[in-house]
Amino acid sequence: MLSQKLLQLMSGNDAIAYAVMQADVDVVAAYPITPQTVIVERLSEHVAAGRLDAEFVPVESEHSALSVCVGASLVGARVFTASASQGLALMHEMLYIAAGLRCPIVMAVVNRALSAPINIHGDHSDMMGSRDSGWMQIFAESPQQAYDFTIMAYRIAEDRNVLLPVAVNIDGFTVSHCYEGVRVLDKDEIKSYLPRVPRPRLDAETPMTVGAMFSPDYYHIVKTEQVKTLQQSIKHFKEAAKTYPARDVQYDVTHVLNPGSRVVVVGLGGVMGTVRHVARNMDVGVVSVRLFRPFPVEEVRQQLENAELIVAIDRAYSPGAPAPPLASDVKTILQDMDLNIPVWSVVCGLGGHEVRLSTVEKLLNSAVEAAEHGVKTRIQTYITEEVTVT
Amino acid sequence: MITRLDQLPAREAISPGHNACAGCGAMIAIRQILLAAPQPLIAVNATGCLEVVTSPYPYTAWNIPWLHVAFENVAAAASGVEAGLKALERKGLGRRHNIIAFAGDGGTFDIGLQALSGALERGHKLLFVCYDNEAYMNTGIQRSAGTPPGAWTTTTPAGKSEHKKDIMAIVLAHGVKYAATATPFFWKDLVNKVAKAFTFDGPTFMHVFAPCPRGWYTEADKTIQLSKLAVETRYFPLYEVENGRYRINYNVAKPKPVEEFLKAQNRYNVLLKPENAHLLQKLKDEIEERWNKLTRLAAATP
Repeated sequence: MLSQKLLQLMSGNDAIAYAVMQADVDVVAAYPITPQTVIVERLSEHVAAGRLDAEFVPVESEHSALSVCVGASLVGARVFTASASQGLALMHEMLYIAAGLRCPIVMAVVNRALSAPINIHGDHSDMMGSRDSGWMQIFAESPQQAYDFTIMAYRIAEDRNVLLPVAVNIDGFTVSHCYEGVRVLDKDEIKSYLPRVPRPRLDAETPMTVGAMFSPDYYHIVKTEQVKTLQQSIKHFKEAAKTYPARDVQYDVTHVLNPGSRVVVVGLGGVMGTVRHVARNMDVGVVSVRLFRPFPVEEVRQQLENAELIVAIDRAYSPGAPAPPLASDVKTILQDMDLNIPVWSVVCGLGGHEVRLSTVEKLLNSAVEAAEHGVKTRIQTYITEEVTVT
Repeated sequence: MITRLDQLPAREAISPGHNACAGCGAMIAIRQILLAAPQPLIAVNATGCLEVVTSPYPYTAWNIPWLHVAFENVAAAASGVEAGLKALERKGLGRRHNIIAFAGDGGTFDIGLQALSGALERGHKLLFVCYDNEAYMNTGIQRSAGTPPGAWTTTTPAGKSEHKKDIMAIVLAHGVKYAATATPFFWKDLVNKVAKAFTFDGPTFMHVFAPCPRGWYTEADKTIQLSKLAVETRYFPLYEVENGRYRINYNVAKPKPVEEFLKAQNRYNVLLKPENAHLLQKLKDEIEERWNKLTRLAAATP
């Protein structure tokens, strides 16, 4: 049972900064960008007040933020950065390098639309644009999850069998700026959950060449090894969830509501709360994907195989592609299972566009009705109040 | 003060057998720099010739911890190394090292300028070394902001028409406590500047002249001679700036004609054509202006 004093009123951004402070990171390097800025402000306050003993490196760009993190991580420091949107895009080159050099960096990505047109509000186009960078990608739906997943991220990233960077995603504004009571762990719990695990590092005692030039004979070996490690990191996520000190929550790679329903909705991020609220009294299953990369293929497969209609919700386009990112993953899984289940691919909430209960109700009602009538139509659409899916 | 070769350590930070071209000025300079840099030392390297020729996996020429991250961010990556070790030492989880960053002129004057500016402004304790071979040599001789007027490159087939960026002035505008130029011929000057640079509590900078036989179309055995001539013609003055005080380390009272330096390099064939007299004059003006400015600054800050 957790004591009352450990419940604190926090926004998603506050919760992440608090988690980073409690994780006793050594280096924070970050650049301000809406809607992530509050995280950086809070961390600089934690450092200034002596609550966090870390080097706060106020870099001149996001590219340098991640470059500082890579350098610091490779000398053995526990590091943190946060970004969003244009900032994440500016980091793009460094994302691949951080993963390729096996740096256990934790970054908060406060998901925001990409310009142009410029827009400061939430959607997933920033992270989807960096989807293939080799990072673990976790999506938190609430300040509580933002806090918990940030702590968990360090445990996973620093595991000697993982050593990969982890991005903890929260939706811009709808999670980053929304307040709720967050149950925080006490310092001792975190200390034993996040031990300092020694790893190879740059030190004159044991000289090591990092970032060498790889010829075609060797490059593919390292890359394949890296991808395999990312694939199997799913079990490290599960381990981190199982051993997480807050006993009253049990996280997994997905969250499932109404398993075994005729219609199954799959999606990511804060919008899934709205979907679950609408679906709770319907014959609609909801699979909220918490771990997006590596994708929990087996766990999602189990939820899809008996569905009659699947609705895949994306908050990003993949322009010119046969389907947006999550729908694409869902369709690949179905194909691999030899299953011909119709998929409605729905894009919503671009650039902070509100996803209302009534919109979701309309969508789910249409889906249930279609499933009842055995409708096999595949749909790809952007959903708003006005657009009715039939 | 280092005055004899035997005062330098026997153990070298960089091994022979790397892939640099014969007569590579950068490798000679960097070998000298690493002999003078105090241990324990971590080297951080921008993408470029030095990175490519010293780290062909599964081999490495580095006997010290070495990190290459990307092209434009060596100053940021080195900042991270510094910040990380600082925090770890404070927490009893690691120890401080001396930190040296290497970048070519492209990685310093052009694509690396923003990260360099950030690191200098934030005040990380590290020595940033720019080995200047006056073009993008690793990609095959393309012009950079470090290419001087009149020089041929594959992207300035008629000779570069713009000035060479004054990187020392840009660095000094950040208020760094120590910045110096050096060239491998004047090795005593070079190694002592390196040793001095590490005594400052903050960022320091060295602009090192690095003849490139491949890119300059010169004979491999002319590298050292060229790094002497560059100074004697005032093409590349040797000076240092310590806490705002300018000191010319090699006073060239009677400069040799710059043509003597230029004609040894086929990259200047275009420039030496009669129809390009105006470009040659531009280069001479730039050299004279630089020297006059330096002598004024040295006189004004005794």
